[in-house]
Amino acid sequence: MASLLHKEYEVVRDDYSLAGKVSSDIKRTLSAVGISPAVLRRIAVASYESEINMIIHAWGGVITLDVMEDGTIQIVFKDPGPGIADLEKALTPGWSTASEKARNMGFGAGMGLPNIKRVSDEFDIQSSEAGTTLTLGFREQA
Amino acid sequence: MKVQELIEKTGWSCATQKAALDRTVNGAFCGDLLSWVMGNGEPEQAWITVQVHMNVIGVASLREFSCIIIADHAVLAEDIIARADEEDIPVIESGLPVYETAKKLVELGI
Repeated sequence: MASLLHKEYEVVRDDYSLAGKVSSDIKRTLSAVGISPAVLRRIAVASYESEINMIIHAWGGVITLDVMEDGTIQIVFKDPGPGIADLEKALTPGWSTASEKARNMGFGAGMGLPNIKRVSDEFDIQSSEAGTTLTLGFREQA
Repeated sequence: MKVQELIEKTGWSCATQKAALDRTVNGAFCGDLLSWVMGNGEPEQAWITVQVHMNVIGVASLREFSCIIIADHAVLAEDIIARADEEDIPVIESGLPVYETAKKLVELGI
């Protein structure tokens, strides 16, 4: 299926000062093409949490945004590692491996992936030592 | 109630200079764990927190909070205030503990 809108963003490891910048741009971009506020709010939660994960857990990475012909919004978060050792635990609310530094800033509640899964219409996560790819899909609700 | 009215009625100080004060305040949310706030906050709420780093502005903007209320004398750096103005998020300092801050909002009917 063809993509009507495509954007790519780079995320830098440990750069807390820029956290949320990509998610803000994704929200603005999608708002400009008429995506409804209800869907935008879900996307904002999911993209912010995923962007933060790339900064505090992964070695940075690339985020791609696509709006498909059928109106589906796909966002892919791809990082180069180190991978999630125990995916099942990572998806458990309250479980976190966040560093002391991250926790001091209010991260590490263990709600990131559970929040993302809850607000997404499609959720797929693949992880190995070579990196993690999180693919999310969103649609307007009928 | 609008943010402007909240500031007038409480006498709390507004740290931001440019952020619009005509947003409606509809309820409030207390929390310092960002994912918790992100997952449970609602648009138009006033967010009471003691977190004062840059990410607070991102969360408030994405979550569409009407304003951030910094409690307990947490100190805001100038670059944080500048970012809040840039993102159009009013930041208010209550100078009170979180509980007292929330209590004041309840008294105002928020």
